Amino acid sequence: MGKVARRELSDSRRGPGRASKKQADPTPLFSGSTSTSSGGSGKKAQSQQHGKQSNGKQQQLNAKQTKPAVATATKQQKQQQQQQQQQKQVMNGKHGSKRQEQASDDDEEDLEDEEDEDEDGEQAMWDDDDHDDDMDDDEDQDDDDEDDQDDDQEDDRMDDDDEDEDDQDKVNATHGKHAAVQAKGSDDDEEGDEFDDDDDDEFDGQPIKLGMRGRSADSDDSDDEQDDEDEGDDAAPLGDNDDEEDDGLQTNISGRDTFTLPSGQEIEKESLLPPDRVLLQQRIKDNIMVLADFAKLRDPERSRSEYMEVLTRDLTLYYGYSDYLMGKLLELFPLGEIVEFLEANESPRPISIRTNTLKTRRRDLAQALINRGVNLDPIGKWSKVGLVIFDSPVPIGATPEYLAGHYMIQSASSFLPVMAMAPQEHERILTMCAAPGGKTAYCAALMKNTGVIFANDASKDRLRALVANTHRMGITNTIVCNYDGRAFPKVMGNFDRVLLDAPCSGTGVIAKDQSVKTNKSDDDIMRCSTLQKELILAAIDSVDANSKTGGYIVYSTCSITVEENEWVIDYALRKRNVKLVETGLDFGQPGFKR
Amino acid sequence: MRPLTEDETKIFFEKLANYIGGNIQLLIDRPDGMYCFRLHRDRVYYVSEEIMRKATSVARDNLMSLGTCFGKFTKSGKFRLQVTALEFLAPYAKFKVWVKPNAEQSYLYGNHVLKSGLGRITEDTPRYQGVVVYSMNDIPLGFGVAAYSTQDCRKLDPTGYHCFPPSRCRRVSS
Repeated sequence: MGKVARRELSDSRRGPGRASKKQADPTPLFSGSTSTSSGGSGKKAQSQQHGKQSNGKQQQLNAKQTKPAVATATKQQKQQQQQQQQQKQVMNGKHGSKRQEQASDDDEEDLEDEEDEDEDGEQAMWDDDDHDDDMDDDEDQDDDDEDDQDDDQEDDRMDDDDEDEDDQDKVNATHGKHAAVQAKGSDDDEEGDEFDDDDDDEFDGQPIKLGMRGRSADSDDSDDEQDDEDEGDDAAPLGDNDDEEDDGLQTNISGRDTFTLPSGQEIEKESLLPPDRVLLQQRIKDNIMVLADFAKLRDPERSRSEYMEVLTRDLTLYYGYSDYLMGKLLELFPLGEIVEFLEANESPRPISIRTNTLKTRRRDLAQALINRGVNLDPIGKWSKVGLVIFDSPVPIGATPEYLAGHYMIQSASSFLPVMAMAPQEHERILTMCAAPGGKTAYCAALMKNTGVIFANDASKDRLRALVANTHRMGITNTIVCNYDGRAFPKVMGNFDRVLLDAPCSGTGVIAKDQSVKTNKSDDDIMRCSTLQKELILAAIDSVDANSKTGGYIVYSTCSITVEENEWVIDYALRKRNVKLVETGLDFGQPGFKR
Repeated sequence: MRPLTEDETKIFFEKLANYIGGNIQLLIDRPDGMYCFRLHRDRVYYVSEEIMRKATSVARDNLMSLGTCFGKFTKSGKFRLQVTALEFLAPYAKFKVWVKPNAEQSYLYGNHVLKSGLGRITEDTPRYQGVVVYSMNDIPLGFGVAAYSTQDCRKLDPTGYHCFPPSRCRRVSS
């Protein structure tokens, strides 16, 4: 079977990130766009400053470093921990860089080759026993070229602690840079500009203020004060500096407090009291800053894992996640992104609508809605049918236009699987797990009501919504059926394209459903994963490999966990004769590839 | 899923004729292929033959819908038109009523069209004639039954009913 799987990973992998990506283009249209971009540059400036700050801080540290209250780990343990940490770092860095290099594999063999290489390369970094030694040498070379940090890695890891730390530095540095770039990117994207600005102010307020310190010496002072309160550390000399210094960022930087981890006792005390959100927020921010430049800013007596432990606990407490899910997220995201991700989950997505091209045109629809006092904008260059609604005096789901099927309330991210699938006219399409029918309706619109669409869902109740939606949108080419998706190949086969929008744990749309934060366990995710694997095989079996126009399967989820995305695709690649193809979407970030 | 029986066809077409008169023929003979009416679980679906054939491979219990639902037969054998048929009946409707923008919402939420909300009406609409209700910018909104003929409604006071939306004919399909 010569099947081809189109996969829409960029979509599924980073839900909110992606969702915000989409708004990247329209930002120029928004009113607050200028402020966003300035926020971005502010951030850049910040990272530079941090570098210098840390120098000053280091000195300060040396000067008045006191002994930490509790020393838990023995020297040996610590060494081990550090090594582990380092490994983790390397891995993160690796992922980061890898995510950026987009492997363009036209061919299955190519892909496999690459996989082998990469695997070996990683193996080399991970443990010392290698599969094939010859390969490894080569690969190490390659890796060296790519990432400078690998250089000393292999030889020195066991011997020399200092060396290790240096390595770590580099990794962290690159890592940090990466994060910053990412952060900047997603900053621009962030849908609500107001949110953006808030974020910047809250999290990066200090650096930005530092940049304009001529004006805002006060705020610096206040920050210092706050720090003092938080950490019980004395930062007196620095506040003075602020006023005098016009030149050189360093002075400002030296003004910053050091971040010390709370001791075990403090934590115990805290756990008895209701959480102090301001303190938590400050501590998360500081902690991440330290972790981003660990070798310089760290307290030499405390290990990275201790910092991580505190960070994890703080994040869990501050954002209200379950320990399990937070652990998962921390595995997925680099530290620079985790807070942004969590913050994005707190802010609601803007309402977006899709024009039903079967009944109207976007311009007409926009005009009609504007006449009703709705404030809207095109969603971006990438979509000709999307509109984003900022505010509306009338309920957007009950206007006559809505009832007449001129548009559909649909999140922008759910356009993408359909755009990736690109259904053609007169094709036979299957959408599995179709309810409530947003994507199905988009398919039908793209096909101009020709051909035939089978919309399947396992839940009868949800299908009612689908039937209502298809009727409202004036779709006539749809057959709605109620099977378990896994049994579908027995019902009907030979489809040109299949869209599998698999049921999932919803970890990518926490903004929509906050309950995901607490009620998902390992079991839930694995159960989803198993079901998804069965469904994707069923989807592949329903496709006509020899289809003249198609032979594509699109797999999408609204989840970000690797178990529900990469693993499922990997499973399908192993079990069936399919290969990955490009989605045809020119934005978003690719998922993890080997 | 089966074709309609003789009796069902008669009842069904009578209902359609109330709104579109003799234009039923145009629904079935279309330039883009043959269309047909099929009965599935008491509901009548309007669907192209090609799609209908493909739907035969879906078991009866699992088939939820195909093509467009026009309405359903009640247990007592009457036919109730659903608003989903609007799209196909509106172009052929013989008698139309336009409602003013401020009465639109009220009509859509299930209220009668009052004289004050009436924008335009087809000449010579007889009393109790099935009509298609449009908004002033020509979006078909739903079905209705004229409470008065065109002549009578001229004399009507502004709060008098003009058009009843038949039950189940509102916009939200079941």
